[in-house]
Amino acid sequence: MNKVRSHIMVCGGTGCIASESDVIIKNLNDALKKQGYDEEIDVIKTGCFGFCGQGPIVKVHPDNVFYVKVKPDDCDEIVAEHIVKGRVVERLLFDEPITEEKVKEHSRMNFYKKQYRIALRNCGLINPEDITEYIAFQGYEALGKALTDMKPQDVIQLLTDSNLRGRGGGGFPLGRKWGMAANNASDKKYIICNADEGDPGAFMDRSILEGDPHSVLEAMAIGGYAIGADEGIIYIRAEYPLAIKRLEIAIKQAQEYGLLGDNIFGTDFSFNVRLKLGAGAFVCGEETALIHSVEGSRGEPSIKPPYPAAEGLNGKPTIVNNVETYANVPAIMLKGAEWFNSIGTATSKGTKVFALAGNVNNVGLVEVPMGTTLREIIYDIGGGIVGGKAFKAVQTGGPSGGVITVADLDTPIDYESLKGIGSMMGSGGMIVMDETDCMVNIAKFYLEFTQDESCGKCTPCRIGTKRMYEILDRICSGEGEAEDLHKLRELGEMIKGSSLCGLGQTAPNPVLSTMEYFMNEYEAHIFDKKCLTGTCKALAKYSINDNCIGCTACVKVCPTKCITGKVKEKHVIDQDACIACGACYDVCKFNAVVKP
Amino acid sequence: MKPEAQKETISVANLPQEGFLELDQYIETTAKDESVLIHVLHKAQSIFGYLPREVQLYVGRKLNVSGAKVFGVVSFYSYFTTNPVGKHKINVCTGTACYVRGVEKVFDKFKELLAVENGGTTEDKIFTLKDVRCVGACGLAPVVMVDDKVFGHVKPEDVEKIIQQYREAE
Repeated sequence: MNKVRSHIMVCGGTGCIASESDVIIKNLNDALKKQGYDEEIDVIKTGCFGFCGQGPIVKVHPDNVFYVKVKPDDCDEIVAEHIVKGRVVERLLFDEPITEEKVKEHSRMNFYKKQYRIALRNCGLINPEDITEYIAFQGYEALGKALTDMKPQDVIQLLTDSNLRGRGGGGFPLGRKWGMAANNASDKKYIICNADEGDPGAFMDRSILEGDPHSVLEAMAIGGYAIGADEGIIYIRAEYPLAIKRLEIAIKQAQEYGLLGDNIFGTDFSFNVRLKLGAGAFVCGEETALIHSVEGSRGEPSIKPPYPAAEGLNGKPTIVNNVETYANVPAIMLKGAEWFNSIGTATSKGTKVFALAGNVNNVGLVEVPMGTTLREIIYDIGGGIVGGKAFKAVQTGGPSGGVITVADLDTPIDYESLKGIGSMMGSGGMIVMDETDCMVNIAKFYLEFTQDESCGKCTPCRIGTKRMYEILDRICSGEGEAEDLHKLRELGEMIKGSSLCGLGQTAPNPVLSTMEYFMNEYEAHIFDKKCLTGTCKALAKYSINDNCIGCTACVKVCPTKCITGKVKEKHVIDQDACIACGACYDVCKFNAVVKP
Repeated sequence: MKPEAQKETISVANLPQEGFLELDQYIETTAKDESVLIHVLHKAQSIFGYLPREVQLYVGRKLNVSGAKVFGVVSFYSYFTTNPVGKHKINVCTGTACYVRGVEKVFDKFKELLAVENGGTTEDKIFTLKDVRCVGACGLAPVVMVDDKVFGHVKPEDVEKIIQQYREAE
């Protein structure tokens, strides 16, 4: 075997592959060969580094140099300069948005400094398509320890003591759930992994499965041992082809190594995992709906109790946990409950992965200890708002959550504190919105989503969300009436109180919470027929002010030819013909086009 | 977007017969009951491109499941379609991150240039335009997927180039 003196890690997550990281790997290999270094330098395709907004990412070990936004054409230079001559390619380093300095190591970047990685511990570090790399980082050691040194009840006790709570949204204690399933005697039990990540704007589960699939398989096997199940099922979205492929490879390799299958580690414990593809239905994230979908039916939820831990798939005791929850399990098994309890807040232990997206500078996956404040996440890690605009709100919990305003930026985040300020943890989507986003329109966006995704089984959700959407749509088109505000609140409370499952019970949250914090915007839409940000087209009336120098740039882009005026003279918009597309606003360099 | 009703009746004879053979071979390898229904429908859609009533009934008979049940499943999940689709599927991500970053304008541009509405197929049967739930590439928002290729940071002015690229390959 050749001695490898250096590794070049290239991100192979969906985001970076979309920006041609596959070609980068090929070009790097070609360049290394040309320079005669292909035997001492290895190029490795890893999972997601998390810094998706700066992709594709290339990291050189052991020099610990982190290149961002690498293009296929940059590969020759990286090899010729960095590898051959030992000189860092400065222009590909990351520009820190606040200090505007170039940063070489990821550990010095603000984006990574405050992060603490447990669930994402191997993402960006190992090749997810090679089981030996996972094993080299203590992979399957936790399973070995459980099977050979511990009784099933010891495993459950350890996880109960760790206070790990479900990361999919509800925050139910994992140890308690597993304990319930373990106590329900049955000839057959199931372990299900919920990888039907439907929350728009959340992608942590996809990244974990793409970057570290074995950690989920290992945790499922530990779960199987703890509750007495021999079959595991991963229910995964069909929209995640790369994650599916990596899981298939991982399952096959684990079987070849005897880490899945019969008599694992020479014990009499047997466990197998198979994949089940979803087909696009948000409600399938709800555990009873998910189980119906696994059974091959429409993914409609059913009334609880009975809980799946008592009667789940095919009527047998079933555990459903989310990807991120599982990814925590092997680490806890190895490092102990005390270690896990040392991280986080009084009620929420450990870390949480957030998908930071929207109008924030550093878009990506961040894993922080519970109790970190939103300000730290958005400003320190996220590098602030794009274009230096003012922060308006952040939406957590996706379509089930609510907005958090500047007043609550310093709240330490955990399950309870988020609920206290009218939002929720959810799966960890965190969408940052700035002063140009219309909150009524955002509420409409979420309701459009939930009313479309409502499965239709129960009336409050099926009809109620539709009515709420219609009212919001009316308000955004300038036809809102005073009583709409009352109707929205009444409908919202009713849907929350009477829906069958979590989807309906939380669907009104985005509306109720934006009404709570941004009532002035609702009132401006309804009473003044004005959209303060100019987002709602029907209420947007663009006009041209005295800054206009008559450059005619707006005339050229106007699709309806409704702008008139002579060169070097002030232009005018014909309000009747204007469709409020905003093209003139975008193109004007003199701040002469004013949004309403 | 929920699937639309099937627009025209298709005779089984007009569907490629080798497709049914391929489907039969796949069903041979699975259980013959309801539990594999979604898997088999995925396979059938990958073979025929869509799931007309005739294919749904065929699957139902093979798996011993009623046609109503098959249709119930097909109409429930947004991934399944009962109408023929174009050669290239243009999926515009309407997840929140893309929405906040202005995907609506990109979507409008596609509708304008292709002269179709959401879910529609162009007259030359080359493109089908559809919104899609978050594809999880939020770092690249706004995102458009054409078949399996992801286009990131798409601006309205890029739309023509993307369409052109696929038109020229025809």
